[in-house]
Amino acid sequence: MNIRLIKDKLAGSTMLILTLASVFLAILVGWGLYYKSLPLLEENSVWDLLSSSVWKPSKGEFGFFAFIMGTLWVTGIAIVIALPLCLLCAIFISEYAHPRLRKIVVPVVDLLSGIPPVVFGVWGVLFVVPLIEDYIAPVFVDYPMGYSVLAGGIVLGVMIFPLIISLLLEVFSAVPKEMRDASLSMGATQWQTVKFVLLRKSKPGIIVSVVLAVSRAFGETIAVLMVCGSVIMVPGSVFDPGYPLPALIANNYGEMLSAPEYESALLFAAFLLFVIIFLFNAISRIVLGRIKRKIE
Amino acid sequence: MVFATVIIVGSFFLIVGTIVSKGFPALSWEMLSEIPSGDFYMGGEGGILNSILGSLYIAAGSSLLALIISVPIVIYINMYLKKSSWMGNLTRLGYDVLFGMPSIVYGAFGFTLMIYLGMRASLLGGIVTVTLLIIPIMVRTMDEVIRTVPKELFDASYSLGATRLETSRVVLKQVAPGILTAVLLAFGRGIGDVASVMFTAGFSNDIPKSLEDPASTLPLAVFNQLSSPVEEVQSRAYAAALVLTIVVLLISISARVLSKRLSKNKI
Repeated sequence: MNIRLIKDKLAGSTMLILTLASVFLAILVGWGLYYKSLPLLEENSVWDLLSSSVWKPSKGEFGFFAFIMGTLWVTGIAIVIALPLCLLCAIFISEYAHPRLRKIVVPVVDLLSGIPPVVFGVWGVLFVVPLIEDYIAPVFVDYPMGYSVLAGGIVLGVMIFPLIISLLLEVFSAVPKEMRDASLSMGATQWQTVKFVLLRKSKPGIIVSVVLAVSRAFGETIAVLMVCGSVIMVPGSVFDPGYPLPALIANNYGEMLSAPEYESALLFAAFLLFVIIFLFNAISRIVLGRIKRKIE
Repeated sequence: MVFATVIIVGSFFLIVGTIVSKGFPALSWEMLSEIPSGDFYMGGEGGILNSILGSLYIAAGSSLLALIISVPIVIYINMYLKKSSWMGNLTRLGYDVLFGMPSIVYGAFGFTLMIYLGMRASLLGGIVTVTLLIIPIMVRTMDEVIRTVPKELFDASYSLGATRLETSRVVLKQVAPGILTAVLLAFGRGIGDVASVMFTAGFSNDIPKSLEDPASTLPLAVFNQLSSPVEEVQSRAYAAALVLTIVVLLISISARVLSKRLSKNKI
């Protein structure tokens, strides 16, 4: 056989092994976290762990309810803030804006996505927390606290702007130009075209974008940890402090080495994040891939 | 709509503005060129050179490692597999999912793995964990670039009798700017991430001398200093955040400019 062909085959099988190994990594991460959380799962039922809000590591009681609620509050606030703004911004960029303006806005959004989480956190501490403490919270509650789930939600909302916008722009560009032209030629205004053609046509894509943004928000750690207050309680209002799941891991992971049960509990939290984000991502990426293939 | 766009674009400038206005007064040459002294976190002398270098080591090491791993993967799924191959699609899906994984999951997994292997928090541990984190970014970015290569280029190479391996060299030359962008993006992500290196790289006041030494990173320095009760130390955190922001912005801007400039000569 020709030496060049042998080289080609050899390189091929090496690369195949590398590819398989890297895909296997995803499974390995999930399995590793599951394996480590087994000791905890053997002693408690999953339902008890998720629904109890008693967190006393020293007594071996691990209830994740408060942390799960903290995560849900922060994520919910972030989506409520980010989605309308991003939807309007994406419509503006893709339908209304002059190409020259688009060339300014899109790179700025890209740059925003490159800012490290810890810088968002510092911004949150310097700007968002005082803003809430001095101006927003005093209007609603008696003892205003800047470090709250609202602060976390605002910081997180700004953090997921770039992700949502880039996904939405991709979804909008999948709507054929002919459809818009048909609508406009029937005498519809630009806004009517957006409302009845663009948004209706891209509804599945918008839902998928939201799911992806939610899963990104779920896992964000440092920025949220810095502004949420880290008090173990189920938040009752947006001005209460919270303690999201990733923050729990980040805050305690270094010191848990002495207690195997504690480690198991924290890795169960990581496993929980892994499973939720894995499912969300896999499903929405498959749907997004379908949408893309339709146009091609 | 204009209002929404203004808010979003404005939030970027608001963040950068806040960091600059708070960080700039605390920034000094001493901060950039010295390692921290013993009571640095109580307001003592010193700088954050250890964190700056630690971050650079980790980001550079992991970018290099991730590049070596990702290029063959991207070549394999694009050149060796058919377009509709289920394996290629599964791999792409896998990387999309890994791309969405939060860095804290990588951090926790990496740390567990290190304990299992009997390793201590070290520069090497940090590099490996960050490599895991940025491989998905590289693979996804490069995959997108390679897909834009015209089919005719492949055909021309094949028709001259080149094997798939030889053709991939032609293709790699064609997408070199895209690969550079991917590396810079991954580098930027690697230098800014904290949750993944928090436990795996450890923390140290010295500049790491070998792969086994623990290394401090810039984001971790920001995080640690900010939680200090001393006001002077807090203002140093702002300055460190400013340094980090400048580095990351420079990298992402140059990634975009370079990819535009280099792709001018493309077919």
